[in-house]
Amino acid sequence: MKMKKLAAMALAGTMAAAPAMAELVIPDLSYRTGPYAAGGTPFSDGYQDYFNLLNARDGGIGGEAIRIVECETGYNTEKGVECYESTKGEGALIYQPLSTGITYQLIPKATVDEIPIHTMGYGRTSAANGEVFNWVFNYPANYWDAASVMVNYLLDENGGDLSGKSIALVYHNSAYGKEPIRTLEELSAMHGFELSQLAVDHPGQEQKSQWLQIRRERPDYVLMWGWGVMNQVAVQEAANIGFPMENFIGNWWAGAEHDVTPAGAGADGYKSLNMNRVDASLPVFDEIRTLVHEAGNAAGDGSNMGSVLYTRGMYAAMLASEAIANAQDIHGVTDVTAAMVRDGMASLEITEARMAELGMSQIGPEFSVSCENHGGSGLGIVQQWNAADGQWVALTDYIAPDDSVIDPLIAADSAAFAAENNIEPGCL
Amino acid sequence: MSADFLYGIEVVLNGLMAGVLYALVALGFVLIYKASGIFNYAQGVMALFSALTLAGIMSGQVPFAHLINAIFGTDIHYFGWNVPVLAAIILTLVVMVIFAWCVQRFVFRHLVGQEPIILFMATIGLAYFLEGVGDLMWGSDIKTLAVGLPQGGSLWVEDATSGLGGDDFYGFFIDKLDMVATVVAIILVAGLIAFSQYTKQGRAMRAVADDHQAALSVGISLNFIWVLVWSLAGLVALVAGIMWGAKSGVQFSLSLIALKALPVLMLGGFTSIPGAIVGGLIIGVGEKLFEYLIGAPFLGGATENWFAYVLALLFLVFRPQGLFGERIIERV
Repeated sequence: MKMKKLAAMALAGTMAAAPAMAELVIPDLSYRTGPYAAGGTPFSDGYQDYFNLLNARDGGIGGEAIRIVECETGYNTEKGVECYESTKGEGALIYQPLSTGITYQLIPKATVDEIPIHTMGYGRTSAANGEVFNWVFNYPANYWDAASVMVNYLLDENGGDLSGKSIALVYHNSAYGKEPIRTLEELSAMHGFELSQLAVDHPGQEQKSQWLQIRRERPDYVLMWGWGVMNQVAVQEAANIGFPMENFIGNWWAGAEHDVTPAGAGADGYKSLNMNRVDASLPVFDEIRTLVHEAGNAAGDGSNMGSVLYTRGMYAAMLASEAIANAQDIHGVTDVTAAMVRDGMASLEITEARMAELGMSQIGPEFSVSCENHGGSGLGIVQQWNAADGQWVALTDYIAPDDSVIDPLIAADSAAFAAENNIEPGCL
Repeated sequence: MSADFLYGIEVVLNGLMAGVLYALVALGFVLIYKASGIFNYAQGVMALFSALTLAGIMSGQVPFAHLINAIFGTDIHYFGWNVPVLAAIILTLVVMVIFAWCVQRFVFRHLVGQEPIILFMATIGLAYFLEGVGDLMWGSDIKTLAVGLPQGGSLWVEDATSGLGGDDFYGFFIDKLDMVATVVAIILVAGLIAFSQYTKQGRAMRAVADDHQAALSVGISLNFIWVLVWSLAGLVALVAGIMWGAKSGVQFSLSLIALKALPVLMLGGFTSIPGAIVGGLIIGVGEKLFEYLIGAPFLGGATENWFAYVLALLFLVFRPQGLFGERIIERV
């Protein structure tokens, strides 16, 4: 009798535990504290709110509830690795490291653990080569795409001819900041513009020397690869020296609201790239407001909704959930594993019809991922800050990068990585 | 005059003004070290915290709103009023005095007689604690500090000097904010010197700085003096926080400005107010000139951070106590 009772209890326990085991676990390596919190908080709010919306509206993905496991990295690489190690055992399906430094550390670890990483517009650019980086994806665009999109935009602005023009690159003096240099050097040789490089040391609180140099040399355009306080100071210094803001273009990590608001009216006209469109009137926001915020399940206080980085976080969550849904379709099961999600990512197709269906029409470009191409289309838009309205305004449609320049660079860099790490390129 | 020469002068002028901003941070370190022998690692975070508090009070932000909302299920963030700049500065100073009292009452009072390294470690803990409290109290978003400080280059200076060189010279660029910072720093230093020379509390502060035991024996309250010194350091931190925060918005990387003060202290000495000023000016000019003449043209730029330390180390070789520091002679 006693044994029967114990067996019944064990069975009941197993049944009770079953739904928890079938949860879709998605870690959020957030950074809501420290010097970069102003960027990390809205991204994580958007990332989590979208998954909470899916839970509230659809019961998760394919009927499986999503469980978000948040871990604070403070944008610190060591803490980021600790977060990865402490969360992967919970059945993590996909990681968004949210830092190039953390990404570099996680690439070998996640490859061994067979958990896919999505580094959206950051991380190791050559991870776009899926035959070398089987477990890493950087769609819809990467840094080298961004550099090429900037130059293509300037070509458009100058009637297709940049010869004789001078372009200064102001960059964070780190691996991240140096990412576009090789691409810009290639493009400089191709289009005949003069490229000068101005490094800014971390954290970038003091940039007087760099902007005095720009004032002396008067380049036609300034491009910026900045992050954190470097962005706000650069925009302020550019305004101080009277540099024409419409000729100053930051990359997509230098184009959030908090990058420009401290400079007030001086920031008016500053431009930046974006990998996704910002549109606070998207129907998905109404759903989030109703089903997540008003239900008391929001990740933040709602003040970030519709901002550049909130939208990007939400967009990242949408791409992750679509990959999971794709994996469920491919494998015919709902409680997918990380390896199955990788398959879903490797054959992901994002169409305008699907984005419209999700209430976020034209939020990003249409693109498809393949075993060979983990980088997506590489398209980006140029947006401009309107200080009076306090809004980013899209100036262009999605602009394509110059693949004839980018592809050989990706092939060379990924081949070098494969050689260093004894990787035999190929599809899984 | 050639444009290159004039631009060299422009770099020196801007270096001097950058040096004033560095000195503003260094002053807070000097005040506390001089009076108590404590190297206050938290000085940069104090600048951040005071600027956060000022911005929060000015905008009518409810302190600890996130915590209150999480506990009580409310949705409050702002009181709905804006506080005038002057009143907000006074209220912030009150907060910094309360902070000074808390530091004395709950931390250093219990560490009297401990080794300097223990006191230093306590300030590291204090820095992280204060950063966390600042985050909890005011949130981590970037705040615009609209205290009416001017921004942009001085057009008057630019126009008046543009004729000095040829067509390649566009006039001197002098940041109006840096000019204000220079004036404020002069007033602040004059005020601190006057306070320490001509007031009873100031003299007591100097007495404690010279010899704790002797000061105690003539009835000076060590506790009061330490609260006073930490309050003054809070005032200096607020001024530094306003000047740096006006450039970049008030954000958590503001605490990293302390890194700019370290070479200034090494060069100027840890115990001298004039040393902090002169050290700041030398570091400011030295790093900017090196970047202009050697760093940018030959080394790829971004030399300022490390060159400031090289400059400070060079001085240390010849004067280990810094330019104005007290020479320590131990007889055995």
